[in-house]
Amino acid sequence: MTAVTNHAPTPARTSRTGVGVVVGIALLVLTVTSVFIGVSDVTPASLVRADADSHAAFLLLVSRIPRTVAVLLVGASLGIAGLIMQMMVRNRFVEPSTTGVTEFATLGMLGCIVLAPALPVVGKAAVAAVFGLAGTWVFLQVIKAVPVRQLVLVPLVGIMLGGVVGAFTTFIAYRMDLLQSLGQWSQGSFASVMAGRYELLWLAGAMVIVAWVAADRFSVIGLGEDFATNLGLNCRRVMAIGMVIIAVITATVLATAGIVPFLGLVVPNVVSLIIGDNVRRAIPWVAGLGAVFILACDILARVVRFPYEIPLSVIVGIVGAGIFLWLLLRKGSRAH
Amino acid sequence: MIVLDGATKRYGSTTVLDQVSLSFGEEGVTALIGPNGAGKSTLFSVIGRLLQPEEGRVLVDDLDVATAPSRTLATRLAVLRQDNHIAARLTVADLVEFGRFPHSRGRMTTEDREHVEQALDYLDLQPYRARYLDQLSGGQRQRAFVAMVLAQDTRYVLLDEPLNNLDLRHAVEIMRLLRRMADELGKRIVVVLHDINVAARYCDRIVAMRDGRVVCDGPAAEVMDPEVLESVYDLPVDVREIDGRLVALTAG
Repeated sequence: MTAVTNHAPTPARTSRTGVGVVVGIALLVLTVTSVFIGVSDVTPASLVRADADSHAAFLLLVSRIPRTVAVLLVGASLGIAGLIMQMMVRNRFVEPSTTGVTEFATLGMLGCIVLAPALPVVGKAAVAAVFGLAGTWVFLQVIKAVPVRQLVLVPLVGIMLGGVVGAFTTFIAYRMDLLQSLGQWSQGSFASVMAGRYELLWLAGAMVIVAWVAADRFSVIGLGEDFATNLGLNCRRVMAIGMVIIAVITATVLATAGIVPFLGLVVPNVVSLIIGDNVRRAIPWVAGLGAVFILACDILARVVRFPYEIPLSVIVGIVGAGIFLWLLLRKGSRAH
Repeated sequence: MIVLDGATKRYGSTTVLDQVSLSFGEEGVTALIGPNGAGKSTLFSVIGRLLQPEEGRVLVDDLDVATAPSRTLATRLAVLRQDNHIAARLTVADLVEFGRFPHSRGRMTTEDREHVEQALDYLDLQPYRARYLDQLSGGQRQRAFVAMVLAQDTRYVLLDEPLNNLDLRHAVEIMRLLRRMADELGKRIVVVLHDINVAARYCDRIVAMRDGRVVCDGPAAEVMDPEVLESVYDLPVDVREIDGRLVALTAG
């Protein structure tokens, strides 16, 4: 922190706008592409001559558009969950899946399957959200013992916490013969998304809006408790709002698409490099770039072994880990 | 007026603030001096509602710090702690804008923006407004924090060791600035300092603390006394007058 960066460029507004336009165009192109990829013949042309049979249009409305919308919502909201968590913990290397939150939510889902299998998805997601909330709380309590400046220790503690909870979950699933269900969630995929099975994700979308409305509060929380108190912020209330945002996003994504790793970690960090950490400015970028990232990964997952799909989490894992390594090792990274 | 009335703070069996009764607000710039562990930072924490005193009260303009709404207090009192470590990548302008938070709650009005511009002007930070904080030198960064506090537009400003890690020139720059803020803008500033010569040069009043108690409180001339300083620091100190200014010299 003490050294002056000698190649300190003032953020150039024009180049930032340029990047923004590129992201916007990419989002549009990928969205349209995503709608028209699949085994069935759904093309703009087939839609136009849909006079004979409306099969293409039906498919479009029931399967293709819901899938694309779900992908967009998951990408945007997971990015936001990561960003909010990073501001709350004041650490760039946390997100729900590296802090035990996802594992807690998974435990909640499993508990539903065991104790109340008839519960509709909404109910399961609600239980998962409550568990996610508890998980966030536990993580925040545990890291109180870790100095803020221990950049790497905080996510390590989170991963260990997640490991413990995950092991417990696996044990229960093993004893109950539910390992297969567990495997289903842990591999995020949009293959089974269609109308009627993704609408829960609008809740995650709503959380993005909540985060945007409260954006400045999260920026101020990111300055640390001393600053936040001095500026008259009710820290506990803002932390509570943040915990709800994180838990609801984690749970709804888990219940509809499964675990999508790295996104919440990578996207806010890339955005931070482009535009900084003022949450109000960062939110549209994180949401947009998160959507672009996961759309691209989902399209890749659908075309690599066409007509079969490979799990999205595999692609996201490979690409995300690659970007994450670059973030860690690049010159000027704060990790070293 | 900031009034402490018998404020006491303990950590376990250690008493870090012992029945402190003090008031700030008459003088422009007040220095708080004393050895490490004297309770200076704790005093700031208690005034700035980061810590609750076990006994006694703290009033800011007749508002009890323990019960008054935090937001109201934030428009009257600004506290800048030492070692401000900000992990977030923020520009100077971002930081100063957050100083307006108690007034704007995130919705910046034209008036808020004017305050931000004035604060940036006042601290000569306009050329650096788009720079990230980690791209600034120590002196520039300290100025950015002071600009944030200035934009907060409070009557009382408490600064904990603002000269920490600053070279001579930047230290003098900050002290002159605090003096100007008191004289031109009517701020009431309390500042924790370690260099008693700086305190004597720029401050109207010096409060000396030791072991959680106020041991001396008065105008600079009164505190700049060999016996007083020795009792504060447990160290023989010589005080000479050079060109009309009192200067403390350590022995040995």
